[in-house]
Amino acid sequence: MRLKTETRSVLPGFSLSMGITILCLSVIVLLPIAGLLLKTSELSWSQFWQLAFTDRAMAAYRLTFGASLAAALANAFFGALLAWVLVRYHFPGRRIIDALVDFPFALPTAVAGLTLSHMFADQGWLGRYLSPMGIKGAYTPLGIAIALTFVGLPFAVRTLQPILETLDADVEEAAASLGANRFQTFWSVILPSLVPTIVTGFALAFARAIGEYGSIVFISGNMPFKTEIAPFLIVTRLEEYDYLGATAIASVLLAFSLVLLAAINWIEAWASRFHN
Amino acid sequence: MAAPASTLAKASRSASRRATEDPAWVRFSLIGIALTFASVFLLLPLANVLVQAFSKGIRPVFEALSHPDTQSAIRLTLAAAAISVPVNLVFGLAASWAIAKFDFRGKSFLITLIDLPFSISPVVSGLMFVLLFGSKGLYGSFLEQHDIKIIFALPGIVLATVFVTFPFVARELIPIMQAAGVEQEQAALTLGANGWQTFWHVTLPSVKWGLLYGVILCNARAMGEFGAVSIVSGHITGVTDTIPLRVEKLYNEYNGQAAFAVASLLALLAIATLGLKTFLEWKIERDQASALKADPDPAPKP
Repeated sequence: MRLKTETRSVLPGFSLSMGITILCLSVIVLLPIAGLLLKTSELSWSQFWQLAFTDRAMAAYRLTFGASLAAALANAFFGALLAWVLVRYHFPGRRIIDALVDFPFALPTAVAGLTLSHMFADQGWLGRYLSPMGIKGAYTPLGIAIALTFVGLPFAVRTLQPILETLDADVEEAAASLGANRFQTFWSVILPSLVPTIVTGFALAFARAIGEYGSIVFISGNMPFKTEIAPFLIVTRLEEYDYLGATAIASVLLAFSLVLLAAINWIEAWASRFHN
Repeated sequence: MAAPASTLAKASRSASRRATEDPAWVRFSLIGIALTFASVFLLLPLANVLVQAFSKGIRPVFEALSHPDTQSAIRLTLAAAAISVPVNLVFGLAASWAIAKFDFRGKSFLITLIDLPFSISPVVSGLMFVLLFGSKGLYGSFLEQHDIKIIFALPGIVLATVFVTFPFVARELIPIMQAAGVEQEQAALTLGANGWQTFWHVTLPSVKWGLLYGVILCNARAMGEFGAVSIVSGHITGVTDTIPLRVEKLYNEYNGQAAFAVASLLALLAIATLGLKTFLEWKIERDQASALKADPDPAPKP
C-alpha cells in the first residue's frame, strides 16, 4: 500500500471521478449482489439445503462442472497449440486465424449456440459424418462441452500469446548448444516456463464456462437430469415463480464464481511472479 | 566473391535455426492440427450462420428482417445499447482517471470489484435485478405504487446490460492511462490550463484509440447479451424481445430459416467488431511505438 505522494495529488478531479466510480459500482453491481444475499438470508439453513441441493440440482451442478472442466482442458491443450502455431510459425492465413480467435468473444452466445447445434445435428455439416459413427454433438453433454470450448477459446489463446512472444530465444539456444534435442528443449525448458500461464488460461476458460447460458440453451436440449445445466435450472425455477428456489441455486453458483475469482487472482499473481 | 559469403551466411542461419526451430514434420503437423481445430471452432460456425441464412436466397432474409417483430427487436437492441454504452463510457473514464492517476488505499480491491460482473453468470445477474425490482422483489411494491416498470421493460434490460458490460471500458483504459503517467497533465496545469481543459485536450487524445477499443467491445456485448437480458425482459413479442431473444423465439417456433437470417445480422456485427478491433490494435501499437521513439527513456510505470 502506497501513500499519497505530493506529485500525484497535483491533478484535480479525484473526488469527482472517485465519486462517480463508487456511485456506479454501488448502484449497478453491489446493490444487486446485496439483494441476492438478502433474499438468500430469508432461508433457514435446512431450507436452503433442501432447495439448493435437490437431486435435480445436484445433477445440474455435476454436468455444469464436468462439461466446463472438459471444455477448459480442451482449451488449455488446443489453445496452447494454437497460440504456439500463431506465434512461432508463418503460414498462409495466419493473420486471419489470429483475428478470428476473438470471434467467440465477439459473437453473441445465442448465435454461437444456434450455429453449433445446427452443425452437429444429424443433418448438419459435421453431424452427418459424426452421427453415423455414434458421436452425437447436439442435445448431449458432449454438445455442451463443445459449446463451452467455443466460448472459452479466446481466453486460453490470448493469455498465452504475449508470453510466447516475449519468450527468450537465448535460453533455447543455450539448451540446444548444451546438446539438448528439440523435444528435450521443449519439454524441460520451454514448457515449464509456460505452465503458470497455461493454468491461468485454463482457469479463465473454466470460469467463463461455469456461468455460460446463451449458447447451451440451443445445443443441450435441456433435459432434467441429463442435459440440464445449473443456470438453466435457475431459469426454470423462475418460470415456475419459485423465487426462493432460483435464489438458492443462484447463490451456490455465485459462491462458486467468487471462489474461482479468488483462485484466478492467486494463479495470476503466481504466474507474474514466475515470469519476473 | 559474393556467392560463398551468402552460402556461409545461409549455413550459419540454418544452424541457429535448427537449434530454436522445430523440425519440419513437427511444424506441419502442429499447423495441421491447429488449422483443423480453428476451422471446426471458428471458421465453420461463422460460415454456417451465413450459408444457412442465405440458403434460399436473399429474399427470405429480407422478409425475416423486415417482419414487424424483428424490426421492434432491432429498435429495442439499438435503444438499450445507446443508453448502456454511454453509461459505461462515463463510468470507465471516471474509474480509470481515479485509479490510474492517483494512489489510494484499497486500489486493487476496487479493481477486483469492477471486474466482478465478468465472473458472475449472466443468469445470476439477471436474477439479481428481478429480486430487486420484480413485482415480488425488494422494491416491487414501491415501484408498483408509483407505476414505474423496470422488469419486463426497457429500464431492466438497460440495467442488466450495463451490469454485464460494466468492466469493458475501465479495463481497457486503466493500463493505458497508467502507462501514460501524469507528466503531460502536470505540464498542462503548470501552463495554466484548468482541470477540464487538461482532460479534454491532453488526457482524452492520448487514450482515444484505447477508449474506442473498449467502447466497441462493450457495444458488441451489449447488443449480443442473452442470459441476463432474457431473464429481465419477459419475452413479450414485439415489445421486450431484443435481437438475440428474437433469434431464440424464431428457433423455438421451428422457423430455423428466419432464426438464421436474424442471427446473420449479429454475425455481421461480430465481424465488424473484429475488423475494427484489429485495426485499433494496430493503431495502439503504432502510437506506443512512436511514443517510445519520441521518449526513449519513459518514466517507470506507477
